[in-house]
Amino acid sequence: MRLSDLPKGSPAVVDRVDDAHASDPIAQRLRDLGFVEGEPVRVVAIGPLGADPLLIQIGSTRFALRRSEAARVMVSAQVAA
Amino acid sequence: MSASTLRIALVGNPNCGKTALFNQLTGGRQKVANYAGVTVERKEGRFSAPSGRVLYVLDLPGTYSFDANSPDEQITRDVCEGVYPGEAAPDLIVCVADATNLRLHLRFVLEVKRLGRPVVLALNMMDAARRRGVVIDVPELQRRLGLPVVETVAVRRDGVKALIAQVDGEIPQAAPAQPDDADSRADLHAQVRALLAATVSMPRATAELDDALDRWALHPVFGLAILSVVMFLVFQAVYAAGKPVTDLIGDGFSWLGAHATAWMPAGPLQSLIVDGIFGGLGTVLGFLPVILVLFFFILVLEESGYLPRAAFLLDRLMVSVGLTGRSFIPLLSSFACAIPGIMGTRSITDPRDRLATILVAPLMTCSARLPVYALLIGAFIPTRRVFGVFNMQGLVLFALYAAGVLGAMGVGWVMKKLRRDRSEHALLMELPSYRLPKVRDVAIGLWERGMIFLKRLTGVILGLTVLMWFLSTFPAAPVGATGPAIDYSFAGYIGRGLQYIFAPLGFNWQISVSLIPAFAARETAVAALATVYAVGGDAANGAGLGQALAANFSLASALSLLVWFAFAPQCMSTLAVIRRETNSWRNVAISFGYMFVVAFIASLLTYQITSLLT
Repeated sequence: MRLSDLPKGSPAVVDRVDDAHASDPIAQRLRDLGFVEGEPVRVVAIGPLGADPLLIQIGSTRFALRRSEAARVMVSAQVAA
Repeated sequence: MSASTLRIALVGNPNCGKTALFNQLTGGRQKVANYAGVTVERKEGRFSAPSGRVLYVLDLPGTYSFDANSPDEQITRDVCEGVYPGEAAPDLIVCVADATNLRLHLRFVLEVKRLGRPVVLALNMMDAARRRGVVIDVPELQRRLGLPVVETVAVRRDGVKALIAQVDGEIPQAAPAQPDDADSRADLHAQVRALLAATVSMPRATAELDDALDRWALHPVFGLAILSVVMFLVFQAVYAAGKPVTDLIGDGFSWLGAHATAWMPAGPLQSLIVDGIFGGLGTVLGFLPVILVLFFFILVLEESGYLPRAAFLLDRLMVSVGLTGRSFIPLLSSFACAIPGIMGTRSITDPRDRLATILVAPLMTCSARLPVYALLIGAFIPTRRVFGVFNMQGLVLFALYAAGVLGAMGVGWVMKKLRRDRSEHALLMELPSYRLPKVRDVAIGLWERGMIFLKRLTGVILGLTVLMWFLSTFPAAPVGATGPAIDYSFAGYIGRGLQYIFAPLGFNWQISVSLIPAFAARETAVAALATVYAVGGDAANGAGLGQALAANFSLASALSLLVWFAFAPQCMSTLAVIRRETNSWRNVAISFGYMFVVAFIASLLTYQITSLLT
């Protein structure tokens, strides 16, 4: 599933980041920021207007991503331990 | 000792505390300029090490990756690689990493190491890391990375001792340079994971305080409420602290001008000094208090970590009109004055978003428009109640503010449709940990902003003010002339010429003439109208002038003039700051041009429609 479809608060891990088009700088930047396979992620907050942007926790860092940016990240939901 | 000077470059991720470290190392001994041809700040400082060696420190823009996405990241990479024209390659790179956020920051450390240059790693914010129970095996990290690692606490005076001792000693051996390709890039994350597993233990990923604060600050309802309160307080402070000082400075310079020239015979020279130079200086310095108060809050909000939260809350709204969440604070500042607003767009890293914000910022109703609004509304709009509750005058004032905001949204939307670059520009914004702003960092930031304004703009604004003075003073009125002197001046001629252009808007020649000094500073339009209508007494309270205006022009003309002031390209100081901040006359021409067209059409419609209805 896409990170943009992940419900708030539920844990997931990153599978991969898809390029939205050839040589997509946003996808490359997401990979550089740590959106790589096996990394745990979580949606911690959602923007008040139009449910956009999303606040994503990855490692110790929180990134605000617009939905179109988060849609590039494919994740697998995890059952909370 | 081999060399008496050493050039150090500070690099690191955004929010690693690099600038605080830079301030702690160099104190006030800093030089801020721009890199040639771009509006990226170049900050250099120096300090003397215990050995007596002078160390030059370059604070490079914060960067997530050498795969550069913006002009400032490009510069960081080029300087580190030693290929930036006119910039000597650094002798030593100090890579700064936030010890509480090593998962993100270590990857960039590995990228820097691959350049094959001498590198020292500074683990910054060690105090916060210890508080959060983060334990780092520094000797092991040092061994695995193959570069010297020192702990720093940038906000404490003794927190940089170890770093100074390290950079003052032998320059470490550089690791061999490695190629930069997609495979090795992907491999960096695996290396970071291995490093973290071997050297770092972290009880929890985030600070509990951050989680608690963000639950409120980013809450869909409370978050917006908190933001409104913060902004309300900022504006109260601007008007409570900035405005009175501005008025004091203006009055002070008039007084100084009058007294400095009391011994001189009345004549053009005295007039030049009083009205041109002292008046101009009063205008320039009068901006300073508002700029400093606004920047104080912008810096505090930025240092504390709240600014990106505000951007998060409002991003969606701003995107819909072709801007970004980061545009919000600069635009809000522009309600006080467009100059700090435009200077504040430096926090927008994306060049396209930044330019869009700069172009719409002057449409926000700045405080200098208020005297003109107050005069015209007082003279023409009846104090009638509407629907029993609203005051008609208040409604008109509100409509003018709303016109500015809606105009900016409209212009932003049109720009979004017109621009050639339709590609997606990312938000991708890190929300850093909350921090208490440090007095030193805020003070240095304020000093820099103040100096940028004074050094780079005083000349331009003063020059233009003197030019305006010249136009409205020469040629002098002939002997025995009955009309006010400005009638006979160049400004008078220009105003009479402009009147043909402005006639469809309902402006008579007196208004047209007053628009010329209004270009220097909007609020002078009131004084200029008082001059052309030859109203004696205290023009500032506007009562006499209001009556004169009411007797001389129609409601339609007055509304049209109000609308003109809401949109017109005015205040040459704003245009000067656009030139400085974008490094381009083309952008000045675009701003001036589009605002003129918008103002003309809006005033034309206002005049023609009101004339039909009344």
